[in-house]
Parts: sequence; C-alpha cells; structure tokens
Amino acid sequence: MIPELGQFAIALALALALMQGSIPLVGAHRGDSRLMALAKPLAQAQFALLVLAFAALAWSFLTHDFSVKNVAQNSFSQLPAVYRFTATWGSHEGSLLLWTVILAGWSAAVAVFSRQLPEEMVARVLGVMGLISVGFLALLLLTSSPFERLFPIPADGRDLNPLLQDLGMVSHPPLLYMGYVGFSVAFAFAIAALLSGRLDAAWARWSRPWTTTAWTFLTLGVGLGSWWAYRELGWGGWWFWDPTENASLMPWLAGTALIHALAATEKRGVFGNWSVLLAIATFSLSLLGTFLVRSGVLSSVHAFATDPTRGLFILIFLGLVVGGSLTLYALRAPRMMGGGSFGWFSRESLLLANNVFLIAALGAVLLGTLYPLFLDALGLGKISVGPPYFNAVFVPLVAPVLFLVGVGPLARWKQADLPDLMWRLKGAFAVALVTAALLPLTLDGMNLQVTLGVFLALWILFTVLKGFALRLQHHRGSRVRQLARLPRAFWGMQLAHAGLALLVVGVTIVSNYETERDVRMPIGSHLELAGHRFVFQGVEELPGPNYLAGRGTMDVTTPWGRSFTLYPEKRNYNASGMIMTQAAVNYGPFRDVYVSLGDPLGDGAWTVRVYHKPFVGWLWAGTLLLALGGGLAAADRRYRVALRRRSDPAPAPEPLRSITREGVA
Amino acid sequence: MRRWIPLLVFAVLGVFLYLGLYLNPKEVPSPLVGRPAPDFTLPVVGRPGETFSPSEVRGDVWLLNIWAPWCSVCLEEHRHLPRMVGGRVPVYGLTWKDLDREAAPLLARNGSPYVAAVDDHDGRVAIRYGVTVTPETFVIDRDGMIRMKHVGPITPVIWKSKFEPLLRELQL
Repeated sequence: MIPELGQFAIALALALALMQGSIPLVGAHRGDSRLMALAKPLAQAQFALLVLAFAALAWSFLTHDFSVKNVAQNSFSQLPAVYRFTATWGSHEGSLLLWTVILAGWSAAVAVFSRQLPEEMVARVLGVMGLISVGFLALLLLTSSPFERLFPIPADGRDLNPLLQDLGMVSHPPLLYMGYVGFSVAFAFAIAALLSGRLDAAWARWSRPWTTTAWTFLTLGVGLGSWWAYRELGWGGWWFWDPTENASLMPWLAGTALIHALAATEKRGVFGNWSVLLAIATFSLSLLGTFLVRSGVLSSVHAFATDPTRGLFILIFLGLVVGGSLTLYALRAPRMMGGGSFGWFSRESLLLANNVFLIAALGAVLLGTLYPLFLDALGLGKISVGPPYFNAVFVPLVAPVLFLVGVGPLARWKQADLPDLMWRLKGAFAVALVTAALLPLTLDGMNLQVTLGVFLALWILFTVLKGFALRLQHHRGSRVRQLARLPRAFWGMQLAHAGLALLVVGVTIVSNYETERDVRMPIGSHLELAGHRFVFQGVEELPGPNYLAGRGTMDVTTPWGRSFTLYPEKRNYNASGMIMTQAAVNYGPFRDVYVSLGDPLGDGAWTVRVYHKPFVGWLWAGTLLLALGGGLAAADRRYRVALRRRSDPAPAPEPLRSITREGVA
Repeated sequence: MRRWIPLLVFAVLGVFLYLGLYLNPKEVPSPLVGRPAPDFTLPVVGRPGETFSPSEVRGDVWLLNIWAPWCSVCLEEHRHLPRMVGGRVPVYGLTWKDLDREAAPLLARNGSPYVAAVDDHDGRVAIRYGVTVTPETFVIDRDGMIRMKHVGPITPVIWKSKFEPLLRELQL
C-alpha cells in the first residue's frame, strides 16, 4: 500500500509539474497575474508530494519490503538501518527520485525566497523549473519506477552495493545533486531573462546568491566524493579522472566561471550574454553528467546499471533542454549590452581572463572524457584516455587561473593601475617565489612542479592577506571589529581563495612526496616507510552485521615515538559475495598514514599496502574552506536586506528600481 | 550568426552521444589479437612430471581458458563448458596463482573441462597474455595466432554468437 501511495504521489507531482511548466509561463506572456500567481503554490505542492514519495520509498527500505523490486535488489535483511535508509538513493531509480525531490525543493525555495522579485520573473523562473521537473518525473515514471513490485516476493534482498555502504556515501549524492540541481535555478533565471528580454544587472543580482549556493553544495559534493574514493577504494588515490568524476568536475568549472562572470555583470553590467550562456552551459553540463553516468556511453568504475532506453530518454531530454535554450539564446540574446567599457587591465579584464582559462580547462576535460566516444563512433578504434592526458593538459590551464586569483580581487573595476599593483605585490611575489624555489631543495632536490604549486599557493595566501590589509588601511579603531564589519561577500571570496591555496598545497605535496610500499608481510614482520615503523600482527576474523571481515592489526610507531594501531579490513559481504577493502587511515594535519590489506598468502602472511601521504588532508580542508567561502558569500547582507524588505507593510518598488538604475548606469 | 555557434557545437555533440548509446565502451580489444600466442612451458596440474607448451598443439585450433580455483564464476563456467564446446576444439586451462594448491583436487573432484590445465603459479604467463580478470578465454588458430579474446564467463549465448562463427571459419 505504501509503495503505491509513493507511485501515486509521483504521478500527481508530474501533473502539477505540467501545470507549473505551462500556466505561469502563459501568464507571464499575457501579463495575467492570476495565472502567474499559481506558480508558487504549485511548486510547493509538488515538493510536498515528492517528499511523500521519497518517504514512501525510504519506508519500504526501512521495513524490508522485498516485494518492491528496488528494495529486493538494493537491500538485505542484515543491512544496518542507516544503510537501509541511504539505500533509498543507492540505485538508479532511487537516486533519480532524490534528484526530483531536490529539484522540487529548490523550486519551493525559490517560491519562498522570491517575494522581492517581479511577478513575471518568479512565474518564468518557476515555469522553467517546472518544465525541467516534467522531464525528470517522466523519466522516473516511464523508464525507472522506484516502486515496481515483484511477484513472487523474494525471501531476502540482494544487498546494497558494498561500495555504497559507507558514511561518505550517506551524504555524497545528496550534496552533489543539491549542486547539480541547484544550477537549474541559475539556468531558469537565465531563461527567464531571455524570455523577458531584460538582461540587466538586476537579473545578475537575483541569480547570484542561488548560483553561489548551488556551487557551494557542488564543491562539498565533489570533495566528499573524492574523500570517499580515497577511503573506500583502497588505492589511496583521491582523483582518478574517471568519467563519473569528470562529470561532476565539468559543471563545477563552469559554475566557478559563472559566479565570477555574474559578479562582473552585476557590478558593471558587462558580460551579460556570456553570463547567460554560462548559466545554460553549467546546467547543461550537469545534465550531460547525468546522461554519461546513467546511459553507459562511457565505461567508468562506478556506473549505474545501464539501459539504452533510459539513455535515449535522457538524451532526448538533454536535447530539448539544451537545444531549446541555446536556440532561445540565439534568437533573444540582446545584440548590444548596455554595459560600461573597461580598460585592458581592470577587474573586468582579469575576470574575463579567469573565465577564458576556466572554460579552456573545462573544454580539455570534456574533450578527454568524450574522446574515446568520438573515436569509437567514427570507427577509428577504441582507446581510453587516462590521467597522463588530463594532468598534462589541465595543470597548465589552471595554473594561470591560480595566478590571477592573486591579482583579480586587488584590481579596481573599469581601469586598474598595473605598475601600482605590481609595486604593491612585489614583496608577496618575491617571498612566495623564493620560498617555493628553496622548499624542494631542502627535501629531495629541484622539483619544478612543487615550486610552481607552492609558489601559487603562497601567492594566493599573501594576496588574500594583502586584500584584508588594503580594506582596513583607512580604518581606525579596533582591528577585530573592523574585520567583523567587512561584508560577508568579501570574507567569502577571501576564504574561498585561501581554501584554493590549501587545496593546491595538498595536491602538490601529496602528488610529489607520497611514498608507498606494497609488500608481503608475515605475522610479526615489520617495515619502515617515511620514518614510520609498521608491525603486522596478523589478521583475525570478525563478523560484521552483513559481512564477515578479516581484520588486520598493524602497530605503527611514528618518527617521534608516538604509536597507534590501525585495523584495515577485508570484508566479504554475505548477500553479494563481493569482497571489499576497507582501508585504515590515521589522519593528521601534515600527513595521513594509510594501510590496506591485499590478499592472504598462507601461513597468516598477507600482501599489505602502506602509504605515507603528506599534506593530503589539506586537500579536503581546502575544499571545506572553499565551501565555507561560498556559503558566506551567498549569505551576504545585500541579499538578505532585499529579503527583509518583503515584510515591509508598504509596497516598496523603490529598491528594485534603484537596483536597475545602478545596473544600467 | 555568432550566437548560433553554441547550438551548433551542442548539435554535433548530441549526434556523438546518440551514436555512443549503441556502442559498448567496455569492449576493448586485446592488442594481442592477430599476434602469436606467447609461448610457455608449464607443469600440468595433477600430473606430476608432465608439462604443456603451446608449440605442442601447433596445427590445431584450441582454446586457452584462464581460471583460478578461488574464482567462483570460473567454476560455474566449468560446469557448462564441456556441453557448449562439445569436444569440437581442445580446451586448455591456465591456472592463475593457485597459491594454496587447490586446483588439482578440485579438478579431480568436479571433473576437468580441460585436456590439460597448466599451473601458472606466480602469474607470469598470465601477465604476458594481458590477463586482467578470471575467467578469460583466448581462441588460438592453427598458426599459433590469437584470433579472439573473451573477457568474463562464456555463456551459451556468447558461445553461439562469438565462438561458433569464428571456430567455423577457422576449422573449415
């Protein structure tokens, strides 16, 4: 009964989405307020229905309803409750349902937080989001019903993929989807602006907090995915350039370009068309990622069960969304933006350069990801593109962006003074360069990669500090109070840039100085790695809730005499018979020690893989700081001021008009 | 005109994505296909003193099946293999990393689908054959050339669609 309720809720939600995707758009076209006013309640009702459907599926999982095919295939009587809940989105069908819930959630959020927007804008934005929802709900109902029943009812389920039985997996997909789907808001704003023909600074201001919020979630999602791969796959890597990972990196790069372009559009009224195109591209890349992961077009380590019908459906939907929006762009993008002019060296030109390099990097990733497909489709042979290509192409394209991160925020809008800026930054440049050149010499000799990475990271950190100093130089009184008074957007930007610096340090150091040993270890034997001493105490059997683990015991002594014990596991899952490696990691601020079990070699001896990973934690600390910066920037007062106005008793057209005027100026 | 460019780029991409739906990315052909099968001489499992080498069967079409005693899919494949092959071609086994010496008793107990199974104890021969998973099956022709490599278990459907046409071509 409960599953049928869920199915019914999805069908009703589709009906509401059809209404949401048509009536408000017609209303906005005709200027009919009654039709436009339907958008908000429809979006909220749709969200409520889809939450209900999701709850029905979660209920089926939690109560072991194996008559539901999805539950039978992705759950198991011995599966712990927390993983039964997360198994709700562990399958293609369930994750698609989660996707639609999140999309409806974003729509409902737009409905709630948009009272300061003109009614046509809200109607158009929600209308476009309703149309997107129609596509996904139809995909869900027609090709991937999560509530399909099974008869006869199996006695037990086939268990959730053991790779997904991990705490990282609990939050990785929801965060990632929050990001992917969140960009649909930026997309909807862009389409609404094209439909209304008003691509002004006000549009950019409205879509900025939404875009930044979506970007923040995507950052967390990508970072968490990387952390999950690091701990769960047992290879000690954190990025594999796998098509699935690239599918999440591409919208991230486009989204990063977008939030920077929107800043210029809002502040100076420039790059309007470009921002619209980027908003379309960012969401299109999210959809492309969905297609790549779910259609089986590319081979990947973690693809969903694939099905050409679904692939075709998503492709047609992708074609409608992207083709339709690009056609609209070609027809409606204004010939001339009213934006101001800017000098060759200015904040605008630097943001433009940032965008050029980010988009070039995005293009390189896209090309590398799809190249095997291109060759195969043209009958030119089968190849796979691996990390050497991506590292060779991606790094040189991203390095200039990182350098610009140091300059851009300090340059003035419209016309900046290059000699003056160079003079101000000479110290930061020199110290960063000398430190970066000397650091590898103190370790193991010249290493240009390390020098480049450390230089860029220090350069960013110094210029971030410089940015704070410049902001405070004309203020008197308590520094702490002045710092607290700086706008959140400023703090957000600087923290995010500092996070980028930490990320670069982590990536550079761990890629160049990590060490590993892959050896046979009899019981009681020891090995040395990076000053650490590892003593292998053997493997014992340890039953888990739904698996039988061989748990290894490894005593580790650090170079400073501290000792601890790591327990890497090799698990054999009861239902699927899948064998999983559970690495044991000792986290530290300056290094991780990582142990994973290989295979038993008889007499209690095992192959054991041991890694020493300096600074790897900085990678995730940097990611967190990036996200924190994004969150702060999205929560800037200016956006909240606009929100608070809605509760003013008097109708307040004034702020809106002033925003528009400011933008056109 | 310039503003139509994004749409054009997407249209080209869309065509490729559509074509991609009907291709199988997992089917990466072995670079060994069309090359001579690497030679080796290894002891035969369960027959002490006896060895096998591909050069002994030069002039015949034969199959080399890579398996391991701890590979449950391989053991499943063993049950069906004789029925599918029906004695038309000799099947030799390459026992991969049988570190616990389980292969001989296992084949004696379950019945061996092989004319002979050799013992690749340290997995070196498997490396020369580019083995990535068990089971894998190579089709080797009269001149000792590898003609096909199949990754994963052979099911009756795969046998009918992939192996039989090739064997017919090679033998008649």
